[in-house]
Amino acid sequence: MTTDASRRQFLKTSGLAAGSLVVSFFIPAANRLARAEAAATAAFAPNAFLRIAADGGIRILLAHSEMGQGIWTALPMLIAEELDADWSRISVEHAPAAADYHAVGMPMQFTGGSMSTWTEFERYRKAGATARALLVQAAAQKFGVKPAACRTENGRVIAGDKSAAYGELVDAAAKLKPPKDVPLKDAKLWKLIGQPTKRLDTREKIDGSAKFGMDVQFDGLLTAVVARAPVFGATVKSFDDSAARQVAGVRDVKQVPSGVAVIADHFWAAKLGRDALRVEWDLGAFAGRNSDDIAAEFRKLATGEGPVASKAGDAATALAAAAKKIEADYSLPYLAHAPMEPLNCSVKIEADSCEIWTGTQFQTLDQASAARVTGLKPEQVKIHTMFLGGGFGRRATPTSDFVVEAVEVAKAAGKPVKTVWTREDDIRGGYYRPAFVHNAIIGLDAQGRLAAWQHRIVGQSILGGSPFQMMIKDGIDTTSVEGVADSPYIKDLPHHRVDLHSPALPVPVLWLRSVGHSHTGFVMESLIDELAHATGKDPLEFRRGLLAEHKRHLGVLNLAAEKSGWGTPPAQGRARGIAVHESFGSYAAQVAEISLQNGAIRVHKVTCAIDCGIAVNPAGIAAQMESGVVFGLSAALFGQINFKDGRVQESNYHDYRVLRMNQMPQIEVHIVPSTDKPGGIGEVGVPPVAAALGNALFALTGQRQRQLPLRVTA
Amino acid sequence: MVSLTINGKTQQFDVPDDMPLLWLIRDFAHLTGTKFGCGMAQCGACTVHLDGSPLRACVTPVSAVAGKSITTIEGLSADASHPVQQAWAELDVVQCGYCQSGQIMSAVALLKAKPDPSDADIDAAMSGNICRCGTYQRVRAAVHRAAELSKA
Repeated sequence: MTTDASRRQFLKTSGLAAGSLVVSFFIPAANRLARAEAAATAAFAPNAFLRIAADGGIRILLAHSEMGQGIWTALPMLIAEELDADWSRISVEHAPAAADYHAVGMPMQFTGGSMSTWTEFERYRKAGATARALLVQAAAQKFGVKPAACRTENGRVIAGDKSAAYGELVDAAAKLKPPKDVPLKDAKLWKLIGQPTKRLDTREKIDGSAKFGMDVQFDGLLTAVVARAPVFGATVKSFDDSAARQVAGVRDVKQVPSGVAVIADHFWAAKLGRDALRVEWDLGAFAGRNSDDIAAEFRKLATGEGPVASKAGDAATALAAAAKKIEADYSLPYLAHAPMEPLNCSVKIEADSCEIWTGTQFQTLDQASAARVTGLKPEQVKIHTMFLGGGFGRRATPTSDFVVEAVEVAKAAGKPVKTVWTREDDIRGGYYRPAFVHNAIIGLDAQGRLAAWQHRIVGQSILGGSPFQMMIKDGIDTTSVEGVADSPYIKDLPHHRVDLHSPALPVPVLWLRSVGHSHTGFVMESLIDELAHATGKDPLEFRRGLLAEHKRHLGVLNLAAEKSGWGTPPAQGRARGIAVHESFGSYAAQVAEISLQNGAIRVHKVTCAIDCGIAVNPAGIAAQMESGVVFGLSAALFGQINFKDGRVQESNYHDYRVLRMNQMPQIEVHIVPSTDKPGGIGEVGVPPVAAALGNALFALTGQRQRQLPLRVTA
Repeated sequence: MVSLTINGKTQQFDVPDDMPLLWLIRDFAHLTGTKFGCGMAQCGACTVHLDGSPLRACVTPVSAVAGKSITTIEGLSADASHPVQQAWAELDVVQCGYCQSGQIMSAVALLKAKPDPSDADIDAAMSGNICRCGTYQRVRAAVHRAAELSKA
């Protein structure tokens, strides 16, 4: 998503908040029954975020969605720290969609912007501290001592020779009034925060019992596969479903706003039914568009001025006076998120309720959207958040596209339906990271120092035309320019100007892991490398000079350089590239070491340094850095969505390639020790990778690649 | 009707012959640990074992496995105690987890064929399993660890 300030501004003005909801528990599968029952019978529920049962079991309710980023572990750590809980007694579930679980200070429950840990850092610790205070009070009464005489440790309250397990205290604690403003532990006393802690969702993810949206099954649930427009903006002219209805297991065929749904007893019948469906489409204007002409349109726009995202002094005059100028055009393609779990959503509509089972990052918007489609009130829509088989932003659509469609299908069918996307539907279904073109003209003075910077960015707006439209101010969608408009390299210059063009196209676009930074990180850190070489400086030294006043940038840069052996010669045939980028309140630097094998880039090692402030779970941070690097490598080496006659050319993992085991480099992660407030983690590892790789390629071959995916020319 | 043994249990299924095994496992046997990821043997999320060898269930028609014995992730162990599962837990491999059933089934088959695999063996056996979260480094380490645990 975008910057905190603009997001908060939107959330204040949007009025998208749903009403207060009845808290409900869903038991998704038999193997979870026991734990869910324990939660349901919990004797002590001091706040919305935890329940303690008489047997001592502690149930944490997550206000955010687990999609791999490890929030299932990091948020419980915050509660357990203040509660002095027995970590082995913790279990976790996704909270229902309800006002209690809206993000801190916002009228909306969602997961995005690498925000979960830092925005919950206080609320989840307070939830634990409040519960602890009540347990201590209950124990003090039981022991006949003052609360101050009690201490807590590993799930017990202890006073002198007296001791009680939390479970023994829940009945008494439940009768007490929660205190306000309970003090939090001094950081020096933390036992859990800062300790590498293993994931709590491992067991169910290694024995097949974890329930993703795709795994929702219940009696009477049908499956739908939808024939969607082959070109964005196309509409159904007519369709012939006679052959589809002949397929054994097909129950119904219904037109819905997004296409034609084939509804069947099971997936395979629905899929065969869709194959047999004949739909005639009114293709619309985009059927005439190709990737090349879109890129040409963008490059033309980049030659002119647009709305200004950042400005100081007079860049044009300063450029005219520069001793040396460097001009570069960069281009990046549309990208699909391609999470491993194809999109899906199960919906059951009754007279006064709508139940939804899905992996979503946007509960509140989905709830409001489902209410609109069904005519129910938002509080009559229950959302059961399942594990997300990857999100990367695709499950955070402002339009709730896959949820709205599934509700439309269930409504049309008059029966409970799970709508399932195939991989082809996913790759061709849009909501891509927008394609971008950048044009930069950078002026150097006679001493080779940066003097002026003009930067133009062209690409579709994610916020434009969405319910987040009001976040666009003076023509600037900050998600398009973040990483450039606020770049320290540019902001420090007395003469700079960053312009944005946001052409409208019918291609649905969306935030993809690291959002604007997914392109600006590559462009900025490639440009800085170009400037270093143009002035005959070592890329590390050049950055050190520019970032002298930016301590946290410098810290990760130096750490990554040191750990990677920067300055020492790499093995024969190898070269290194370096990049550093701030995003989501954290700082990451990476050094990539590569060679060429059979004319293609072989990445041997990526050394990553991360400064995310207080490292709540260093184990999770290391995993997320590894994950971000791989995600960035996939985009740098392979990722591209292309259009021909308006049709997406890629369709599945064979032609929309992602990194595989045999291409996997060694990844080393180093965390900067810090007492700064926590920053983001989930997306921060992505932005520097492509630039580090491109810069290594330049060091190795002298070829400067100004587009992604990177190409090696003979 | 197709007769099939899944995780040691022989059952009759009333499904078309050309239906991929994946959908029999998921929608008829109601074993949802085996995942749908691509439908064309590109991602490995649907990997199961046919008499111990890895098989992409999404492109295998049920007619090809009629009367045979299939093992899914649910049949690997009763309590996540298989050495590969132990290694996965020890090295904190999973992230979103969606691909991990397939990763584990491929790794088990690899270790059966090569009890002490090299990195090149792992590349060859595991490159058909995509992980979009990028857990490959840990998968590799866990395969080596599982090899050690299996010897112990």
